[in-house]
Amino acid sequence: MKPWITTVARWRKKERSLVTAEARFPALVVAALVFMAFIFLVAILADVIAPYDYRAQSLRLRLASPVFLEGDLRHILGTDELGRDVFSRLLYATRFSIVIALAGTLMGATLGTLLGFIAAHYRGTVEEGIMMLADVQASLPFMLIALALIAAFGGSVLLFTAIMGIYGWEVFARLTRGVVLSANGQGYATAMTALGAPPRHIYWRHILPNILSVLIVQFTLNFPQVILLETSLSFLGLGIRPPLTSLGQMLGAGRAYITTAWWVAILPGSLIFLTTMSISIIGDWLRDRFDPTLRNQ
Amino acid sequence: MQASYFAKKIIRSVLTIWLVVTFTFAALHMSGDPIEALVGDQAPAAVVAHYREKFGLDRPLWEQYVSYLHSIALGDFGLSMSDQKPATTLIAEALPNTLRLGLVSFIGGLTGGVVLGIVAALNRNRPVDRFVMSFAVFGFSMPNFFLGILLMLLFALHLRVLPSAGADTGWHLILPAITLGTHFAGTFARFTRSAMLEVMNKQYMTAARAKGAPQARRVFWHALPNAAIPILTIVGLKLGDLVAGSIVVESVFAWPGIGRLLVGAVTSRDFALVQAILIMVAITMMLTNLAVDFIYTIVDPRMRTSEGARA
Repeated sequence: MKPWITTVARWRKKERSLVTAEARFPALVVAALVFMAFIFLVAILADVIAPYDYRAQSLRLRLASPVFLEGDLRHILGTDELGRDVFSRLLYATRFSIVIALAGTLMGATLGTLLGFIAAHYRGTVEEGIMMLADVQASLPFMLIALALIAAFGGSVLLFTAIMGIYGWEVFARLTRGVVLSANGQGYATAMTALGAPPRHIYWRHILPNILSVLIVQFTLNFPQVILLETSLSFLGLGIRPPLTSLGQMLGAGRAYITTAWWVAILPGSLIFLTTMSISIIGDWLRDRFDPTLRNQ
Repeated sequence: MQASYFAKKIIRSVLTIWLVVTFTFAALHMSGDPIEALVGDQAPAAVVAHYREKFGLDRPLWEQYVSYLHSIALGDFGLSMSDQKPATTLIAEALPNTLRLGLVSFIGGLTGGVVLGIVAALNRNRPVDRFVMSFAVFGFSMPNFFLGILLMLLFALHLRVLPSAGADTGWHLILPAITLGTHFAGTFARFTRSAMLEVMNKQYMTAARAKGAPQARRVFWHALPNAAIPILTIVGLKLGDLVAGSIVVESVFAWPGIGRLLVGAVTSRDFALVQAILIMVAITMMLTNLAVDFIYTIVDPRMRTSEGARA
């Protein structure tokens, strides 16, 4: 290539990047990214920041007002019905909710991707079986499946997390199967097969990196849904249960005191809302960026 | 071709129901000994044996499975453990309330969402559009249990204009219906907007404009029927959200429907009732999805040919 062509190209690119910086990183997306960074930081540092143990009760200071409602500085966000510090509980609740949702989404993504690869590799009966299971799960609201499993097997934290891990596998399985089938027909996979690479190597080293962007987008779309699922079930008293806490559990327990101490319920509720909204905004943005068919709209 | 297309769909649906029933049977058997739960682990062996025989738990597993399938097929889901009524009776009592809330929310959300979506598409990139899209993001990010509590706080506790819980009068329907409907309004607004934008670039829209059709006629007569196809797909998919949403919203507003019944049954681990609701919802969803597929062929004549059905 002639040197001046690259110079012009580089100059054009620079100009474009300046003009489209706002278009590529809209203010709303930046705000969502910053908020999520904050939430993850809180989840990681919960035990460092928290002034109190989230289970520590102080029955003389029940439903104390937060600082912005003329409460005192000992409990900046007030206390709940057992005199537990709302600020410390919020930090830990955020940690529990984020960890469970992250673990659940990761499990679902791994399971689904693996089954998608298996379906695409073996074809035939195996594929039919996996895709039929995916259809069954897709045709029922997952909330119902989760409730049935909780009714049958009880509500331990481990089981509850495992249930969150079943959520959404079918989307990943369908996606992966479709992409692998079309990738198998493309030149790079055929070339590697001709060079004698074993299928495992082709899937792991060549096809997976190519479909990773699709999977990551799907991951960010599933993540807020798992948060909503966890918080809904915990809100109903069927997910994370005391003495553990999650944002949904706090909201569910706090709603009984909504007239006298609204902060106990409204603060965790607002955190759930802001978190799911931020991730949705980021997920939509990622999808639009990675999906070239949407780029010109 | 159409007949074989539907035959395939129906076989798939029946298979799905069968898998759900098998799943509940398996869950029932893996979840522990129901006799022990019933009589306690201190009961004499003779009593345990008596109950085993009474409930048929001493027979081989496949025989239990066959008789289970048989009773499900006859609509016999057993007695609710907590109040000893047939599970189907409890469901029949709660069903009208759930249908009332579900239909009002869904139709309200659908109409509101479609209207908002059309308005947004017609005013693309103007403030109205931005406002509608912000509402849409709000609608599907807002957890329904939190929205319900906020509405309750505002309208029932502060303004005191609406009742907060129960189902005694028509006024009781308003808050839960708004809570449940907001999510659908948001989702449908977004899909309607993009479906309308897609359609409005088509040549037949330019043709309609060229022959002097007024805007209202262009929107409702030319654009909307074509935009209805992707919207209809979403309607079918969102039905599951309606079921999941009503479980939570009914609990928030103490609405005496299936959702609240289910939460109560899960809390007390009344599996007879849980499985009855699970299977019933599964059957309803299959039937509705078949109905949506059928409506497809009416709305979109292309679906009546083999190529269309495959596309």
